[in-house]
Amino acid sequence: MPWTVEKHRRSRLGRQVEEKEVQESISPPTDYRHIFPEFLPSPVWYKRDKLCEKLERRDMMRRRSALHIPEFYVGSILAVTVSDPHAPGKQNRFVGICIIREQQGLISKFTVRNVIDGEGVEIMYDMYNPTIQKIEVLKLEKRLDDELYYLRDAPKEYSTVPFDMWPVIHPKGTPVPVNTIKVKLNPKPWLERWERKQLKGIERPELREKFWIRAKALAEPWEKYDTMKIYRKSINDDDQKEIFRDVYQQQMELKRKKAEKARAMLRAKST
Amino acid sequence: MALWRSTVNTWSPLPKVCQFSTTSALQHIIKLTRLRVVDNSALGNAAELAGKPARCIHIYNKKGIGTIGDKILVAIRGQKQKAYILGVRQKQKPMVPRFDTNNIVLIDETGSPLGTRILVPVPSLLREKKGDFTKILALATKFV
Repeated sequence: MPWTVEKHRRSRLGRQVEEKEVQESISPPTDYRHIFPEFLPSPVWYKRDKLCEKLERRDMMRRRSALHIPEFYVGSILAVTVSDPHAPGKQNRFVGICIIREQQGLISKFTVRNVIDGEGVEIMYDMYNPTIQKIEVLKLEKRLDDELYYLRDAPKEYSTVPFDMWPVIHPKGTPVPVNTIKVKLNPKPWLERWERKQLKGIERPELREKFWIRAKALAEPWEKYDTMKIYRKSINDDDQKEIFRDVYQQQMELKRKKAEKARAMLRAKST
Repeated sequence: MALWRSTVNTWSPLPKVCQFSTTSALQHIIKLTRLRVVDNSALGNAAELAGKPARCIHIYNKKGIGTIGDKILVAIRGQKQKAYILGVRQKQKPMVPRFDTNNIVLIDETGSPLGTRILVPVPSLLREKKGDFTKILALATKFV
């Protein structure tokens, strides 16, 4: 389908420009959905606006051309370097495990957790914040859950990452390893009722029967069969293709501009 | 988004359930909040050993809710002592660290700390906060 703006954006004065059919032939790599998850907009229907999304994607790609934001998942070990005007080296580096990735677009965030000197510290970073100087993935891996908030109620060993950790090389093209670790939680009291959350990355906690009975009563096992609910909570496949085609095009465009600039510099140097 | 509501009055013999609206746990530092002393002062150590942590009794700002860098008054071991908040459990804005415990460092009337070392990481944003943090930051070993 040719790219069009929404009905409320169509001007009565202007004519609809016909998009060339060559759009269909451009096919981005299939793993873009995993590398660029924040490019997919919010699935809430009344927040969708294709023009705003396109402009936002352009801004995101321009930021990505300045800072390399690597592929990472919840459970990966990251090292984030932020500019700090008051620090001795004008930089501040924080290492830790990524516990969550949230929100879409330019406001997308991720939280990094570590235990330093026995104190648990979590820092939430804006992915497209200009004060971020470097994001390194020290260990690329996934976990069995999408959110690792239960690490706050687990022994500190599970959240500790040494600051001087050497990066673990991940050969390009190989699938991302899944860490199937089962975290043993501390005894209650907890910050949340983890037994009700159907978490796969924790060991079954030892609780009294009444907690399991209540968890079972509140559970909604039919949710995974509710296709309309899943459809409403996700972006349509056709829209996804359009979005990632646009992302791919913009990437190619930026690469081309960079190469052109480099050639122009060489020409200027030689003359 | 307006939801379609039924206009038919349904009478039920069962009593209506009281509906309270409650907020989730906000992790605010307010009066009577228990706090963890993170310097190696004798007062702080004694309070921890006795199992009676410092309790906030006043926050020196207009809001009544303390965050990183605020001066507060705590009741510790039966005496009043001023303190600075070094870390909170409350969810913070992006780029600001969140700690697992509410950390304070005890100070005297002049603003100089009672302890000689701070044993936990300290947020580096304190460097730009208003207030004399130079003596306290000199004790800190790690910045986050």
